[in-house]
Amino acid sequence: MQVNEFKPLIVAFCCNWCSYAGADLAGNNRLSYPADVKIIRVPCSCRVNPMFVLRAFQRGADGVIICGCHPGDCHYTSGNYYTRRRMTLLFSMLDYLGIEKERTRVEWVSAAEGAKFASTMNDFVSKITQLGKNKRLEDLRCKK
Amino acid sequence: MQKISRDKLIKKASNLLNSGIVRCVLGWKRGEFDYDITPNVFTTEKELIDDFVWNDFCGANLSKYLVSKTQGVDGKILVFLKPCDTYSFNQLLTEHRFDRERAYVIAVPCEGMADINKIKQITNEGISSIEFNEDTLSISTLYNEEPIKIAYDRVLSERCLNCKSKKHVVYDELLGDDGEILESNRFDEVEKIEKMSSEERFEFWQGELSRCIRCNACRDVCPACTCEKCVFDNPESGVENKASANSFEEKLFHIIRAYHVAGRCTDCGECSRVCPQNIPLHLLNRKFIKDINEFYGEFQAGEKIGMRSPLIDYTTDDIEPNEAVNRRDS
Ligand code: SF4
Ligand code: SF4
Ligand code: FES
Repeated sequence: MQVNEFKPLIVAFCCNWCSYAGADLAGNNRLSYPADVKIIRVPCSCRVNPMFVLRAFQRGADGVIICGCHPGDCHYTSGNYYTRRRMTLLFSMLDYLGIEKERTRVEWVSAAEGAKFASTMNDFVSKITQLGKNKRLEDLRCKK
Repeated sequence: MQKISRDKLIKKASNLLNSGIVRCVLGWKRGEFDYDITPNVFTTEKELIDDFVWNDFCGANLSKYLVSKTQGVDGKILVFLKPCDTYSFNQLLTEHRFDRERAYVIAVPCEGMADINKIKQITNEGISSIEFNEDTLSISTLYNEEPIKIAYDRVLSERCLNCKSKKHVVYDELLGDDGEILESNRFDEVEKIEKMSSEERFEFWQGELSRCIRCNACRDVCPACTCEKCVFDNPESGVENKASANSFEEKLFHIIRAYHVAGRCTDCGECSRVCPQNIPLHLLNRKFIKDINEFYGEFQAGEKIGMRSPLIDYTTDDIEPNEAVNRRDS
C-alpha cells in the first residue's frame, strides 16, 4: 500500500461571529477535522484583505479558505457581501495565472453549523492533499 | 500623424499664460531622443516655443502629475489631455486627489500613438531622427543612408489599436472635433488566455512575469496609483524587493499591483507602455475589468466623476467566488 506522507498546511480565516463559533461547536460536539487546518480569527470575513490570502500562500500555505456568516447574516450587516466580491475577483485572477483553483475557497458557516464546519474542512483538506504541495504560488523569499 | 498642429497647442497655451488665466502648462518635451518624450512643466511662452512637443510619441498621460503639481502653489495649471487621459483625470477627481478648480483642461484629439518598439523591429537601433509625414514616418538611422519610410498603422501601439474612446469625458476647452466611444476588441487577448488549460496559463505567465526587473515603473506611472506610501516600499511586506531565488516569485507583485487598481484602472495603457521588459500588464488589468463587467455589470472607471467602484459596492445576489471560477471551465 502506498502511504501518502504529504500533509497540507491549510489556513482558514474565520469570522468571529459565525464560523469561529461554528468551529467551536464542532469541537464541543467532538466532530473531528484535521489538525493541519490553522484557524485565524478575524472580526468579520471582510477583514480579510486579498493580501492576507497571498501572504498565506507566500509563507507556505497549500490552501486558503475564508469562512464567514451566511450572506444576509453578517454581524456588521454587509461585510461578507464585500468579501464575496473581493474574493471572486482574486480567485478568478489566480485561476487566470494558472494557480490551481481548488486551493482557494469561500464557505459560509453559521454558529449553529458545527457539522458543516467539520465536513467543509475535511473535504477541503482531502482535496488539497490530492493536489499536493503548492508549488505555483510559493515564494522562497519567505521560506525558512 | 496628429491632425492638430503643435503650433495650435502652443498658441492656445501662450494666450492663457500671457493673460494670467493659468500659471503654468503641463505638456510634453523632447527627452534624449526624438521618440523619447517626457512630461514637462512650462512657465513661459519662450519655453513652449523652444521645447514643447506634440507628435505621435506623446503617449504619456499627464493627468497624474496634477496631484503633485497642484500642491502648495496658487493658480491654475493648464493640462493637455488626450481622450483616454481624460478618464484618468475623472478617476483622480473621484478619489479627491486634487481640486478640479486648479486644472484647466484642454482636450486634444488623438489619432493614436506610435510604439517605438515596433519601429525598432523594422529599423533596428541607432535611430537618429524622425520626420512626420501625412501617413508615414521617415526614420533616419546611423546605419542607413536613406531614411526608412514606415506607414503609421504598422507601428500604432497596442493600446491605440484597441482604443476604447476617442471622446473626451471632461474638458474646459476642446481643440478640433471630439470623437466617439468606440467598440474595441480589447478583451480578445484575455479570452485567448482564459481558453488555455491551467498549465498553459501558468507557463504563459511564468514566461512573461519572470522578465520583470522590479523597477516599479508601472506603479510609478499609473494614474490610479497615487498613494504616498506604497506597500512595495515597505521592507516588511515581503514583496518590496526583487525576488532572488525564483524569478516567478514576481507574480505576487503583479497580482497585488493589478488588484490595487481593480475597479479604478481606466485601461489607459501607461503601465504596459513604460515597462522596459515589455510585459503585457494590460492583460492583467483587463482581466479584472472583464470580470467586473461580466459579474457586476459594465463599468468604465473614470467615465463620470463620482462613480462608485464595483469593489466598494455589492448586491445581495452576487455570484459566489468558487462558482465564478468554476463557471469559466464548464
Ligand atoms: S493600471 Fe495601467 S492601464 Fe490601468 S490606470 Fe494604471 S497605468 Fe493605466
Ligand atoms: S515596469 Fe515592467 S519590469 Fe518594471 S516593475 Fe513593472 S512589470 Fe516589472
Ligand atoms: S461578521 Fe461574519 S462575515 Fe461579517
